[in-house]
Amino acid sequence: MRTDTFLIFQRQTRIRLRNPVWVFFGLTQPILYLVLFGPLLKNVSGGGLGGPNAWRVFVPGLLLQLAIFTAGFSGFGIIQELREGVIERQRVTPASRTSLILGRTLSDMVTLAVQSTVLVLVALPFGLRASWQGVLSSLALICLLALGISSASYAMGLILKDEDSFAPFIQGVTLPLLLLSGVLLPMSLAPAWLRHTSQVNPLTYVVDASRALFRGDFSDQHVWIGAVVTLALGVLLAYVGSRTFQRQSA
Amino acid sequence: MADDLIEARGLTRAFRTKTGPVEAVKGIDLVVTRGEIVGLLGPNGAGKTTTLRMLTTLLRPSAGTATVAGHDLIRQPREVRRRIGYVAQVGSAPSPGTLVGSELVTQARLQGLSRTQARERLAELAPALDLGGLEGRALLELSGGQRRRFDVALGLMHSPALLFLDEPTTGLDPQSRANLWTHVRALRDAGMTIVLTTHYLEEADALADRVLVMDGGQIVADDTPDALKARISGDVVTLGLPEPGARRQAEAVVREAISVRDVVNTDGALLVTVDEGALAVAPLLRALDAAGLSPTSITVSRPTLDDVFLTLTGRTLRDEEAAA
Repeated sequence: MRTDTFLIFQRQTRIRLRNPVWVFFGLTQPILYLVLFGPLLKNVSGGGLGGPNAWRVFVPGLLLQLAIFTAGFSGFGIIQELREGVIERQRVTPASRTSLILGRTLSDMVTLAVQSTVLVLVALPFGLRASWQGVLSSLALICLLALGISSASYAMGLILKDEDSFAPFIQGVTLPLLLLSGVLLPMSLAPAWLRHTSQVNPLTYVVDASRALFRGDFSDQHVWIGAVVTLALGVLLAYVGSRTFQRQSA
Repeated sequence: MADDLIEARGLTRAFRTKTGPVEAVKGIDLVVTRGEIVGLLGPNGAGKTTTLRMLTTLLRPSAGTATVAGHDLIRQPREVRRRIGYVAQVGSAPSPGTLVGSELVTQARLQGLSRTQARERLAELAPALDLGGLEGRALLELSGGQRRRFDVALGLMHSPALLFLDEPTTGLDPQSRANLWTHVRALRDAGMTIVLTTHYLEEADALADRVLVMDGGQIVADDTPDALKARISGDVVTLGLPEPGARRQAEAVVREAISVRDVVNTDGALLVTVDEGALAVAPLLRALDAAGLSPTSITVSRPTLDDVFLTLTGRTLRDEEAAA
């Protein structure tokens, strides 16, 4: 299974490297936010914002946004692969079904890790000052989350089998989840009802943990709560994704 | 039997639809012996592809059992997969970034070959399928015929005992089709067992040792192309006789001289249906000559599989082909 996973990982990554348009395309949105929206935050007060620390609050949000979009839309790829016949021809090999999807999600994860690193580096000249151990831990969390989301996205792609229904579905799920997690502005600024609603959204805990980590505040309880939520969510979604893939190919 | 590569009993597949369950394949029995090329012939929706997808472990049968390449289809799908090659219907445009060589090597490695074995196999297979020198080519840049040969190569990288081809030449121009036929025949000569689906009658006729005619999820006939044609209708001897009086006279002479299945008097010609056209020509000509009649032309035509399909199902395949 390790060999098969690696073979799929290698194939997907090789294809992406030959056609890296989407890697850059995925980065444009967060970088636009960084450049065109980020500077506004310096003059906002409250919720830990205002002044040079604004970037420590804002960049973790952008990282989550990047992860959700990159990983969330990975199912597009599998719809194309279904049409091309790639999925079918891999299914008639003795390769384990789990490795067929795991290799793909790992490739997405590595892509995201590279994109995230670029985003953090771009944020530095704007004035991001953060604990580097915190940034690395935060990237690890984001990658774990992306692994689960990309797996679930592949599952949805396999079920819907059509871009025209897949795109609105993903858009419809990701946008409210993102807004409700306080990616752009922290939820501490929110009125009570909005803050309470955001507490049922697991992504809120990921962002909170990420922000604490950027501050270098490893002892903050948000860190371990976020880590546990991310781990649980990542593993659960990855499991659901690979189960769906197995059922679809039975 | 050890030499049966496929042995299926009561293979059934039902799909759920809005109007209730539909049985795409209705309990078919199927035996394929080593070294055979078996053609599944039928119109779209006859159940050919569903049958193929079940036999290649891609679709779980709703009922029935099958042994494929010596292993139980349901209980040992991985063992079956190791031993079969599957070439699906032609897919949509490939992703940019996919290359002929690396795709073939990846496929072989997923089939369990080592990196060295996969490269060696590529070096041997690419020239055999006229793909030599194209290893570094992007799939997007291949012609229709090259793409199809690449698809066949994907199914052959691990040297399977049994190859499934789903509509191998659909969408190809006549030249590329003839070229692919040559390759399929070469595989048979090398001892490969092949099951292919087609809705082209010429293709089943040209390639298959045995034809299974499918219609409405069932196998309605199973025989060699020649036997099928002989069983359904005889050969037709067409005698060119422009003069109506001569045609009437000739009809009487013909019925007298040989045993005929049918004689049809049409505009300018007499169509004589007999069991064996080749054997009927000489006595026919002698009798006509003795009666002082000399046809302006004489042709013998064997029935086509199209006629066979029409007789078996009451529909012609050409309509389906045109609609497809």
